[in-house]
Amino acid sequence: MEQHLERLQSAVEQISGFIYPNEIELHWGLLVVLYPYITGLVAGAFILASLEKVFKVKELEPTYRLALLTALAFLLVAPLPLLAHLGHPERSFEIFLTPHFKSAMAMFGFVYAWYLMLVLLLEIWFDYRADLVKWGEKAGAFKKLLYWVITLGSRDLSPEAVEFDKKAVHTITLIGIPSAFLLHGYVGFIFGSVKANPWWSSVLMPIVFLFSAIVSGISLVLLIYYVTTLVRRKQPDMACLDKLASFLLYALIVDFSLEILDFIHRLYESEESIGILSELIVSKLYISLTIVQILIGTISPLLMLAYSRFSRLPTELKRVAYFIAALLVQVGIFGTRWNVVIGGQLFSKSLRGLTVYKLELGGIEGLLTSIGLLILPFLILYILIKLLPPWPEASLAASESAAASGTTAD
Amino acid sequence: MAGQHDERQFPRREFLVKTLQLPCSAAVVTVLGPLALGSDAAEASQGDSKTAERYFGMGIQVDKCIGCGKCVEACKAENDVPREPFYFRTWVERYVIHNDGEVSVDSPEGGIRGFPREEREGDVLRSFFVPKLCNQCDNPPCVQVCPVGATFKTDDGVVLVDSDYCIGCRYCIQACPYGARYLDPRTNTADKCTFCYHRITQGLLPACVEVCPTGARIFGELNALASPLRRLMRKSSLQVLKPALNTEPKVFYSELDGEVR
Repeated sequence: MEQHLERLQSAVEQISGFIYPNEIELHWGLLVVLYPYITGLVAGAFILASLEKVFKVKELEPTYRLALLTALAFLLVAPLPLLAHLGHPERSFEIFLTPHFKSAMAMFGFVYAWYLMLVLLLEIWFDYRADLVKWGEKAGAFKKLLYWVITLGSRDLSPEAVEFDKKAVHTITLIGIPSAFLLHGYVGFIFGSVKANPWWSSVLMPIVFLFSAIVSGISLVLLIYYVTTLVRRKQPDMACLDKLASFLLYALIVDFSLEILDFIHRLYESEESIGILSELIVSKLYISLTIVQILIGTISPLLMLAYSRFSRLPTELKRVAYFIAALLVQVGIFGTRWNVVIGGQLFSKSLRGLTVYKLELGGIEGLLTSIGLLILPFLILYILIKLLPPWPEASLAASESAAASGTTAD
Repeated sequence: MAGQHDERQFPRREFLVKTLQLPCSAAVVTVLGPLALGSDAAEASQGDSKTAERYFGMGIQVDKCIGCGKCVEACKAENDVPREPFYFRTWVERYVIHNDGEVSVDSPEGGIRGFPREEREGDVLRSFFVPKLCNQCDNPPCVQVCPVGATFKTDDGVVLVDSDYCIGCRYCIQACPYGARYLDPRTNTADKCTFCYHRITQGLLPACVEVCPTGARIFGELNALASPLRRLMRKSSLQVLKPALNTEPKVFYSELDGEVR
């Protein structure tokens, strides 16, 4: 607490203009930046997976299961930064037991549980069930038991049962798309509905969140797909990468357009808050907004993707360009989340001054905790991949049905 | 235009209730009603809670405040507010409007020790002090956003925080347009002015009102016909802070300057 007070004291000296005295403490820090960043990745990865199932984008098949597992790994981590940020994490279950229905935040538990239980887990289960049964037959005692537990004892491999699995996956994906929209649109609503804060209060917020989620999810799956194929010493499927890059490009264009619209709208309406927000953008947010989010994170990958996708670059170079573009997109999206969450607290609600955010290294709100929370989903994903190999060639059920229908898998 | 109603004759609450009664909106209301309009609809059907026997409010006469900071000191002592200058249930702001129109605002340590001498003394168009505190909004955004209902409005109109229930998510602090809330570093829960609830329910005045040497703060029941607050409301033109946000504050200011936010 002493340290905390010292930090607040040093923040006082960096205030410009006037802020309300209670505003010296900035309440939502890096942990709260992680929350929309991670849920965005979840929603985006799932929407990408659904492109293959619902919209029959066959090129994306190699990433379908990978995208689902990625979504699951990140979804499992999503509530952790929030939990770590609470003043009383031990009371967090009250959100489930006695939710205040008028609060946007109270819906978190339900949206989260719905998405985890009824969409992701169920879809993964139906999609993997036949494979789990077959893998179990060939596995050693321990894995056999494990796979048996995961299948919940459902071992029917008759054509009707497998057909039912497929239909179930299709139906769940149909429900899943609006659910993924809900998951991240809802996160946008948490910020967009705060009328006290002119930087957040915007009806576009959920939509912008949604499209940035799609952008971040596609780019993350592209990165993971590329790295995992290299690690497995396989050739990346270029048709798949091209398709991912195309979708990434389109989503990025929509996302950027929406953000420009938001920007122009604010500037044109020029409300009471425009003075302080302009000051915010050109001073405190200059690096994270103009440089990181817009130049590095949006315009550069936009140009790289557009050029490499539609020009006759050598395949090798093309892949690298996609990879770098996707990496830049991740940086940009993180910048977006930062600029929303932190940026929205750097100006006073008196609209007369700016304050500072001091990132700590250690401690629960510190940088190290957040880095840990960003590594964690990759560890979970590693375990999930070991347990449920998402590679098309690992799927015994699929290859058998392909063989049965007379076509050969390439 | 033919058939156009005078909207002022048709209060918002009634309009909402009428709209909600339309059969076609029933489905939407089932889902979204409790989220967005729950309190309005419920209150309208149960009778307006503003007619409760006691309904507390405060009047602040800006022209009477001398910026001595005694109210801030009294509040901290009475309510055990952390002494450090980052936590205030009430504070005082000084506004100085210079001849060139430039406005400077300050509140050193919440004004608890008064204010330093104005630097551009000869160059002042007008200047005044504005005491601030929780506005005890009738339509409180902090109550709306609390995920567990730890902050709530009592029947007598005071917004309180149950510190045994607050999970410390700080959404209420973000939602308050007035910067009236802080996170108590000792309990890790949200805290703010309660109108000295422990005093007013015993018939006493809030500490800040009690100590104000000029009587700039007037506390009372908004519905009591013969009271100093009612008299102020009759005699002065009153303003609330940030009226466009529709929070319906119950702290009213007289002689409030347009520069105050």
